[in-house]
Amino acid sequence: MYQDFKYLISDGVCAIASPVSGDLFTKFCPRFIDGFVVTIELLALSSTLGFLLAVGLVLARMSGHRVLSIPANVFVYCFRGTPLLVQLWIIYFGIGSFGAEGLGPLWAFFKEPWLVGLLVLTLNTSAYVSEILRGGLVNVDKGQAEAAMAIGMSWFQSMRRILLPQAIRIAWPAYGNELVLLMKGSALISTITVLDLMGQTRTIFARNFDLTTYLYATVLYLVLAGLITLFVVAIERRFARNLR
Amino acid sequence: MEYINELLGPLAFGDTGWGDDLLRGAWITVTLALCSMALGLFFGLLLAGAKLSRIAPLRWFASVYTLFIRGVPEFLILLIVFFGSDKLINTALISLGFEGGVEVPKFGAAVAGLSAIFAAYACEIFRGAYLAVPRGQIEAAFAIGLSPVKVFRRVRFPQMWRYAIPGLGNLWMVVLKDTSLAAVIALNELLRIAKLGGETEGSQLLFFTVAGLLYLLMTFLSDRGRVWAEGRARRGVAGV
Repeated sequence: MYQDFKYLISDGVCAIASPVSGDLFTKFCPRFIDGFVVTIELLALSSTLGFLLAVGLVLARMSGHRVLSIPANVFVYCFRGTPLLVQLWIIYFGIGSFGAEGLGPLWAFFKEPWLVGLLVLTLNTSAYVSEILRGGLVNVDKGQAEAAMAIGMSWFQSMRRILLPQAIRIAWPAYGNELVLLMKGSALISTITVLDLMGQTRTIFARNFDLTTYLYATVLYLVLAGLITLFVVAIERRFARNLR
Repeated sequence: MEYINELLGPLAFGDTGWGDDLLRGAWITVTLALCSMALGLFFGLLLAGAKLSRIAPLRWFASVYTLFIRGVPEFLILLIVFFGSDKLINTALISLGFEGGVEVPKFGAAVAGLSAIFAAYACEIFRGAYLAVPRGQIEAAFAIGLSPVKVFRRVRFPQMWRYAIPGLGNLWMVVLKDTSLAAVIALNELLRIAKLGGETEGSQLLFFTVAGLLYLLMTFLSDRGRVWAEGRARRGVAGV
């Protein structure tokens, strides 16, 4: 069903694009669109999961309990302090090198580059997003937290109902930047053999060594960046509606 | 020394292990990042000048360039620069009547790609810093009769750094981490050495983890440096 929908989109786009684009794009159009869709799927999933994880992380970091805050801080520090490519390769090639014997039932997960890519993108973005949310929380007016406590809310209630919603609104523009960075970072999962937009582009390039391949990919990535920006601005407008 | 080497196993220094190779890789990573930053700062300043210029086409060029770099994956830019410069040089050589088949130095291609990225982000930082210098200071400088060039050199430029350093510090971390992409075009920097070592010794997790720790060490030291530089840039400013 979903697969049929993807084919439909792919056929439609290619039919529209073929008269206006070059021979190379017409020939490889289904591949480009397929990669484009894989990239979007990964982005949608990893940004959603990453955001949820980031909320958990920021709660742990701000909780004041060392048992929670120290591991969360270490996690964020490690993921922000190392390149995404290293994280990908540690988990896919590093852990994956133990194979079926070493990993047992986990092997079903680690042999799938798509799943590993999703995991690493999620973990990576959650570290950055938790830092952004923390910045937002710090900038929420102190009186808000005091008022929430004064009417008898627990720490968790005040976070969930008062502080985090406002922190998200404050942090939203920075979060938009992070979404674009995540999109750009997602190109790296092509190095662990996922056929996302970048992966498809590299396969096509390997076949014909035609540099225009990269130019088409560039255009598609710019389209994606534009779509993300539109989405971010639309949400920002929604947030601003209540403030007028 | 012998004893330590035995303890390190595949990570030993010297002929038996990869310890010295990894450190050499880390050194290439650092020089790659430093070269990219130096070039990127230079072109970033030029781009910021273009963006603030009164000549519209220059402004348009700078805007389109930054939009392009910010929307396209670093990995793709690096590959375009790597394969593009290769093609460009060889076509030029052949059309001039020389033989083709020249290989572009990978280090040069990586520096070109990374500094192109650095410049786009640095441009935004410099532009912000330029505008952040208080208007009154510029007016005062003109009022005491300094020429526009002197106003820039003595008043605006020295103060710009104060506003630019936090952003540039972040950008340095970004470029330091982005150098790892050069492993994909087979430049022998830290990550690529770790990959080679891991594959040869059959212990990829160990080698990639060591590489990760070395990156963590580099970003940790950079962060210290950034804090120091920020403090130094703020010296003499009434404290907030």
